[in-house]
Amino acid sequence: MYTLYYIAGIAVLISFLSDRQKTFKALKVGWKKFSKILGTYLKLLIILSFILLISDQFIINYLGGQAPFIGLIMGLIIGSITMMPGFIAYPLAGILVSKGVNYMVVAAFITTLMLVGVATYPVEKEYFGIKATIWRNIAGFIISAIIAVSTGILYGEVLI
Amino acid sequence: MAKKKSNRLNYYIFAIFVAFIAGSYFWNFNLGEKIGSNFMIFARDMVSILPPAFVLIGLFDVWVSRESIENNFGHTSGFKKYIYAILLAATTVGGTFVAFPVANTLYHKGANYSSIFTYVTAASLVMIPMSIMEASILGIKFTAIRIGVSLPLVIISSILLGNFFSKIDYKIPEAE
Repeated sequence: MYTLYYIAGIAVLISFLSDRQKTFKALKVGWKKFSKILGTYLKLLIILSFILLISDQFIINYLGGQAPFIGLIMGLIIGSITMMPGFIAYPLAGILVSKGVNYMVVAAFITTLMLVGVATYPVEKEYFGIKATIWRNIAGFIISAIIAVSTGILYGEVLI
Repeated sequence: MAKKKSNRLNYYIFAIFVAFIAGSYFWNFNLGEKIGSNFMIFARDMVSILPPAFVLIGLFDVWVSRESIENNFGHTSGFKKYIYAILLAATTVGGTFVAFPVANTLYHKGANYSSIFTYVTAASLVMIPMSIMEASILGIKFTAIRIGVSLPLVIISSILLGNFFSKIDYKIPEAE
């Protein structure tokens, strides 16, 4: 869990041994970038805490027992608006599969979950600007849809 | 100036939020407790990732020269910039929370649009630790299809978006 701390610690140590001045400058740059974005990350934390209220049961209910095409659309939409860490998302995906939900629908949900971030908009906007953020998310949505349909075809769930 | 103000506003909102959570636990307000435990899930994630990530970004900023980024991720680099971007993405720890600031730093060091779009998109799709977890739960076939289908699409869409943004002369904001 704290692996990144060890990596950063070793990197700082090596940097410090090679050039003291540069290391101080690097820490300053890092701190400046961090303190500037911290408020936005805190805002994101609040948004995510509310979004996670959408319970597993809700997602299982909505993605299970749908016609494949409807399930696909639902998966894409629910995945886009929600955001959850991998250790919650994948077990949930496992449950969906065991309940007989199509792999295509699970792929739609999992891929948009990772690729399309309506909730992470405040952070992404700071780093990419509004226009790039919107276009990138639209592209992510289209890519997710293609991945989901391909998964459906390759699992033999959708016939062409 | 405006930036500073909105940052401070975020701190105020956050303080109110924390007070709300604390109050919920105190008076056993169920919904608030639930939001609080959700908050802890993400907060733990961010505390374990963000501070060291920004230390590494700082080191990267100081030690890596502009030329090497331009040569590997810029206009002069051909197709190999996509390979590098995907490799960097696969090994990025911490997901998009880390990928966004890294992409911004790369851009201001001379990487072009298509490589940073490839990087950010790939970072949410092919991160090694996440893909391993996925394969163990949903099966290798699922993960293989997802990654195999997505990588060409990621590169194609990045080239399209990159061309579009250079054409309209779009500038990505500098997050110092």
